[in-house]
Order: sequence, then C-alpha cells, then structure tokens
Amino acid sequence: MNQARAAILQRLRQGRPADFAVPESDFTVVRQRNWSLEERIERFQQKIESVQGQVHRVAEDHWIPVLIRLLAEHQINNLLLSENKAPAQALREQWHEDLPSLLSYQQPLEAWKETLFNQVDAALTSCRGGIAETGSLILWPDADEPRLMSLVPPVHFVLLQAKQIYATFDEVLREQAWVEQGLPTNALLISGPSKTADIEQTLAYGVHGPKALIVLLLE
Amino acid sequence: MSQALPPTPPTQVIFYATCLVDLYFPDAGLAGIQLLERQGIQVIFPQNQTCCGQPAYSSGFNDQAREVVLAQLEALAGDCPIVLPSGSCAAMMKHHYPELFAGTPQAQAIQALADRVWELSDFLLRVCQIQLQDQGQPIKVAMHTSCSARREMGLAETGPQLLDQLSQVERVEQARASECCGFGGRFSLRHADISAAMVADKAQALKAAGAERFVTTDCGCMMNIAGYTEKQGLGLPGQHLLSFLWERLNAEGQAPEEVGGRS
Amino acid sequence: MSLQTIPLHSFDAGAQAALNNPQVRRNFRQAMDGLMSKRAAAFADWELEPLRELGAAIRLRALARLPELLEQLEANLQKQGVQVHWAQTGEEACQIIRDICQARGAKSVIKGKSMVSEEMELNHFLEAAGIEALESDLGEYIVQLAEETPSHIIMPAIHKNTDEISQLLHEKTGTEPSHDVDYLTASARQQLREKFMTADVGISGVNFAVAETGTLCLVENEGNGRLTTSVPACHIAVTGIEKVIEKLEDVTPLLALLTRSATGQHITTYFNMVSAPRQADEKDGPEAVHLVLVDSGRSAIYQDEALLDTLRCIRCGACMNHCPVYTRIGGHAYGTTYPGPIGKILMPHLLGLEATQDLPSASTLCGACAEVCPVKIPIPRLLQRLRKEAVDGDSLRPSRVRGHGVKRHWRERLIWSVWRQIHARPRAYRWAGNLLTRLRGLMPKQLGGWTRVRTLPKPAARTLHQLMQTRDAQTKTAQEPRA
Repeated sequence: MNQARAAILQRLRQGRPADFAVPESDFTVVRQRNWSLEERIERFQQKIESVQGQVHRVAEDHWIPVLIRLLAEHQINNLLLSENKAPAQALREQWHEDLPSLLSYQQPLEAWKETLFNQVDAALTSCRGGIAETGSLILWPDADEPRLMSLVPPVHFVLLQAKQIYATFDEVLREQAWVEQGLPTNALLISGPSKTADIEQTLAYGVHGPKALIVLLLE
Repeated sequence: MSQALPPTPPTQVIFYATCLVDLYFPDAGLAGIQLLERQGIQVIFPQNQTCCGQPAYSSGFNDQAREVVLAQLEALAGDCPIVLPSGSCAAMMKHHYPELFAGTPQAQAIQALADRVWELSDFLLRVCQIQLQDQGQPIKVAMHTSCSARREMGLAETGPQLLDQLSQVERVEQARASECCGFGGRFSLRHADISAAMVADKAQALKAAGAERFVTTDCGCMMNIAGYTEKQGLGLPGQHLLSFLWERLNAEGQAPEEVGGRS
Repeated sequence: MSLQTIPLHSFDAGAQAALNNPQVRRNFRQAMDGLMSKRAAAFADWELEPLRELGAAIRLRALARLPELLEQLEANLQKQGVQVHWAQTGEEACQIIRDICQARGAKSVIKGKSMVSEEMELNHFLEAAGIEALESDLGEYIVQLAEETPSHIIMPAIHKNTDEISQLLHEKTGTEPSHDVDYLTASARQQLREKFMTADVGISGVNFAVAETGTLCLVENEGNGRLTTSVPACHIAVTGIEKVIEKLEDVTPLLALLTRSATGQHITTYFNMVSAPRQADEKDGPEAVHLVLVDSGRSAIYQDEALLDTLRCIRCGACMNHCPVYTRIGGHAYGTTYPGPIGKILMPHLLGLEATQDLPSASTLCGACAEVCPVKIPIPRLLQRLRKEAVDGDSLRPSRVRGHGVKRHWRERLIWSVWRQIHARPRAYRWAGNLLTRLRGLMPKQLGGWTRVRTLPKPAARTLHQLMQTRDAQTKTAQEPRA
C-alpha cells in the first residue's frame, strides 16, 4: 500500500492551506500546581477513592501485615506477584504456609492463559508513582510484572511510595524524562477499578478488569 | 467578551429596527427609542434600512445576503453607534458581516460598521447605565435569552440585570434556561417536528417556573414560544424586553404611543 | 470508493421515528441531562477557557504539520517494531485488516471500541470474509447483539434502558432477566472473557497517536481495550490520519479535556500507551502490532482552511450531549456513523452532500456545541458553510465539498432572488411593508409545520418605518420656529 501512502501524503502536502495560523500552546493552565507532599497525598487519595479505588496509608515497614489482613478480608486464596522486585522478595521471605499461596508469572501467557484467567484471585504489583490531580497510578509493565497482572485477576494490589506522588501527568513526563529515555512496550495510567456505565449510565465495577483496586500507600 | 465601552456616552445613535420588529412588533422598537430618548440620547431612524440579511445568509445564499447588506451599509452611514433590539441581528452585523465580506473591497467599511453595532439592552445597561423605577403591579416574569444574545453577543446576564432593577418584578428562572427554544429561522419550518418538540419543552419550563409572562430580546424566539403558548392555551404571553421595561416605567396599561403588533 | 455510501435512512424519517417514541426520548433526555451536569462539575475547579485554548492550539499545531508528523509517527513505530499501513478509503483499510488476519490464519477477532471501524463497517467486511468479529466494549457488545449501530460515539447503547438490555441479553445469550446492572455486567464479562482467551486478533481504535515517541494512546474504563491490545497474539490499531499529535506533553491537556468533556470524569480508569510489540524477554502482549492509517475523505477536508477545523475533533461527544436537536431525536435518527453536531459537519465530507443533504439544515445554530467543544471547533460556522455549499450560494467563494449544489433548486433561488429585490431596495421594502399592514387581516391561518403547534403572528397595523416617519415629521414641525 505504498501507493496509498504516497497519495495521502501528496494530497496533504499539496492541499495544505498556505497561511496555516497556529496559536501559541500555553501550558500554564496544566502546570500551575504548587501542592505540598501532604496535599498531593490527600488529593491522590480523594480522587482515586471517588472512583472506588481503595487507599491504605501504611508505614513503609508495616505493609506486609496490612496486606495479609486485606487478603483475608477479600477471601483471597492466591496472590500473583513478582519474582525479583525487592518488596516481593521481602514478602516471600516473611510468608508462611497458612497464608494464601503465592504465584509468579514465570511463563509466557500462552502457557498458562486458562489458569491466569480462571484461577488467580489477586495480583500485587509495584508502580512508578502516582498522580495527585487525577488519582492515577503509573505502571510500566515489564518481564517481571507483565501487563496482565494488573488487569486479569479480580483484585489488584499496588504498592505506592507516597513521596512518588506527582502533581500532574505533565510533571511525571518531565521529572521521569519519558521522552528522553523512551517509552516501554506498554505504559499505563490506572485510576480505579475497571468500570462501565454502558447500561443506562449505571456504574458497575469489574466489567473486564479488576473489581477492586487497592493501593498500599507507603509512608 | 463584552464590548468595550465608548470613552464618553454618545449623544446620538442610529436605531436599526430589524425586519421583525418593523413589521410585527413596532411597539418594541418604539419602546427602545423612547428608553434611549429618556436617557437624553438623540435617536436617528434611517428610513432606508430594511433587513440585516440573516434569512438568506443562514440559508446559504451569501450572494443575495451580500447585496442586502450593502444596502444597509449605505443606509447606516455615519459614525455614531448603531443599536438593535435583537441579539440575533446584532450578532449578524457584528460577527457575520465581516466574515461575509472578508477579502472583498468593502471589507474595511463593513468592519467599521460592525464595530459600531450594539444590542440595545446591553447599550442601555452598560453604556447608558440606565436606572429603572418600577411603576407597575407585582408580577412574576421569566427571561428567555436568545442563543445569539447569550453565546454570540455574550449577554446572558444583561436581561436579568435589567429586570432585577424593577422592584415589583419577581424574576423566576426556568429549568434549562440556556437551551434553545427551537426557532432557528427556517429550521422551524424545515424541521417542524423537532422544532415543535423543542418549543414545547421550553414553554413548559417557563410555565413550570411560575412565570406569568416571559420576556426576550429576540422576536424570533418570541413568535415561537408565544405562538406555542397561545395555541396551547397555556396563559403565558410573551413580550419584548424593551416593551416590558417601558411599560414598567409608565403607569400600568398606558402605552405611551401607538402600539401595533399582536392583536 | 468507501463501502458506506448512503445513510441507513433519510434524516426526516429517522427524526420522525424518534420523536414518536417516548421511551427513546426519555432515555436520551435523562442521559444528556446527566452528562451535561457531570461535565460542568468536572470542570468546576478548572480555568476552562485557557485549557480549551490550549487544546485547540495543540490540535492545530498537529494539523499544521500533519504529513510530517504522520511520517515521524510511522518512522518511530517501525523502529519499535510496529507495522504501519496506509489506506485511502475505508474499503482499503478493511482489506488491509482482512489480509493481516488471513495471513495469520485468524478466524476470530475481538474488538475494542473504534468509531473508525464503525465508519468503514469493518465487522461486516470481516464476517463476509469468514472472520468472526466480536465487540467487547459493553455498549458496543449490546449494540452488536441487537444488530444495531451505536447511537452515541462514547456511549453506544445509550438509547436503551436496563429493561431493554436485560431482555436482549436474555434472548441472545441466555442470561437470566434482571434489573441488577452488576449481574448483567458480570454475565457479559464471563461471556467475553472466553472470547478474549481464544481470539486470534485484537482490533482497537486510537485516541491520540504521538509522533514524537511513536505511541498509540487508548482511553477507556472497562479494561476491554487493554485486553484487546494485550491478550491476542496480534493487535491491529486503526485510526483516522488526523489523530496524530506532535509531542507526548500534548497528551496531558488533551486527556484532561477529553474525559471531562465526554463523561465528566477527571480521567478514565485506563490510559493505555502502546509503543511496541512484545519484546524478547516479555511474557505477554501481542507479538505483532499493526497500525492502519485511514484517510477516507480526511485529506479532502484538509484542503480548505476553514473546513479543516473539523479535523481538530477528539471525539468526546460533548457536542451531542449538549445539542438540543440530538437530545430530542437521538443518534440513530441521523442514519450516519457520527451523529449530532460533529456528525453534521463531518459526514458530508465522508459521504458527500448528496447523501447527507438534510444534515446541515437540521440545526438552529444555537451554538451550544461550539460553547462546550474542548478544542473550540466553530461548529455553527461550519454548518453555515455546508449550507452554502449545498446551494452553491456564494459566487465569490466557489464550493468544494463533494456533492455541492445538491440543494440548488430553481424555486429556492427564485424565492431568495425576490427577497433580495425587496430588501436591497429601501423603497421596495417600505412599499412591501405598507402592503403587509394593509393585508394584515387577510393573512393565512395555516403555515405548514409552524401552525401545527403555534399561532401565526399578525403583521402590525403600522410598521415602525411608518410610525417613525410620522413621529419625525411631527418633531420637525414642532421644532420649526413660528413665523
């Protein structure tokens, strides 16, 4: 279809109006945010809770007992988590037999699709930070925490460092230098559990993705 | 968005009637003229004015519209403000004339004309800073601001502010006040059923707000809504804002000069 | 030629049917009221005007460099392992997608929401080639089960209430009838999960394509878009050529505008950025990613500096949510893929004015659409332009939209020509005004659709011209010095 490519580009080049006036892009309106860390945390929490996300503020060294309690509350029998990331390793070390079994995403999706879709109750992932303005989590899935961990199991737990809550997505792009370092295969903003309002504008959660999104906010 | 005020209030204005006021609601025109005169402003009425050209323009007949506009350009020559008792026709002159004549030899003259244009209630409120002393009986009134007045001229607050000066007038606000009444010129004939559905909702909202009367600055909306309320027997007459204001300044029921219009 | 050449039915017939259906009217009124107030609340703490200015500037900046940005997007995506295809028409795009599917031996396709794929009627095309295409967005799924088309670009099944949907799911999938939306949703989830696991190809749309980084951005709440772009071994994204934006930083303001304008959300649940297929060490994601860039009339719109404002659109649907006409008649009445104000200014370019001749006139030009448009498309001005094109009404500016002049009719021209004769000549106008006052008792009692629900106003006894002539004469006499 190189012919189509050439024809389209030629039409666009030849047809482009000569005096194409482009106004200045003034980004001030999305950049003026001078929120303190506490303000960012509160705003993040308020925004994500407004869309049914759950936030538990916990001390950095106390999240595992909280997670254990939450797993019990949600009657979770198994938890999918990373093999290599430090928090996951810490958790594996403290684990014992009476607790839900721990699973890892060791093989490619195709090798265990049925199990992943039908038998995994919950997943725990890390994230690259949060966004206060929209109550969003920033995830860059990778080989250790593949994409479907945050999508297929009905409950998704996320570890978020409080000090990594940025004001806006715009700030994230600059502070984390996304353009300079290049984007991963898949990058995500996740803001709450999966939802739909397609039936008479009535909200229902967990339509295709997780029914519950639980953030452990580490302070 | 509001128009810049002149450094000193003008002593003279040209009154542009618009064809609907001229032919169907001259009382609104007279009321406007007398309100201006009451402010000590001399009002000039050029006999050569006809129609702003909007009917042809909004039907896509730009050529015919241009010829009619040029006749207005001639009739409205001068440099004093031009005031109109209609948001829709004012928007036509102010915003659409320059577009219609862009790139033509008359572009500059047309722009100069457009710059002189004022919607009259805005002119009375902001330029004349009119003060209204209510002489009438208590009444509940709803303001219907036309879409052109609201969105093209930025006058959503003008009518309500004028009405709120009247001590005996209780202004009630209808639900979905900013929604179009469904007139739209030829739309009301070409898409009559959609228009009918829209005007029915508008009239019912005005009625439900408890209004005894509705006022507007645009005769298209007035014909549409009042025509509906009359035919349906809703007991909710409409009146041009200027006629209403003039009536409130004078003894009840005593129109100051000859009145035409609906009978 | 595109497959879709004629709308499903005439606009008038569609509007009539909707107006006579109280259920449809209630569904839309209620839904639009809700959407309008949600949008207003979502922008309450924003400086909206500067944000809209920025949105418009970003879109215009992208359009100003459209061919260059498309090339940059393509080069970056190719470098990252994504295959890029170009299609001049919807049919060409369908063929490209069919060929990709057939080369993989694909039998089933799962789809995320894509209005471009609706525009080119992809599902029918694939089905004719023996490939099952299943919609996975809940609204689209409902519409597909009902064998209908979306009635809104964001909420495809908004014309149906829970009752109707429950009945439909019962008939088509065996789901127990229920008013419990959670139950109905869970049931659809279960059925679609099976399909996700077995589908050979996932097809999605694109909300923004970032040239700078070669990134396809998808905005969604359900997660079906993420499943579509992650589970099947092949992901095909399809988009109109106008969806490209220059920089990654352009995303923040556009996303802020899009979700708030569309549904009053500060953000959607998922903002999904795809830049490459699965890498060697990765364990999920499609092994092949394709992007199909569709022109289908867009480059023709681009030729005209006024009309190209149409291409700024980010498909939020706010114009339809705020349109008093759309609210009364709903999306199906239009008979076109994109309904409402954006449909009225876009469809004439995609289908030609012959097939869409009733759309430009079906507006009061009230301007509610332009007032809320997040990228400030001057919709009423573009409607006005299309009205002019439909009658070839401007000899200074020749028409250029396909099918222009379709409404050029001698009777219409005669009317306006007489109108001009009267109104361009003050004496003729005054004479006609005088005549009207004399005939005021003889005015007809009926005037088409107007008098079905309204009375007809009566001309005044004397015109303002006459009144003022008398008045000015009196003033003059009074002012003359007495002899």
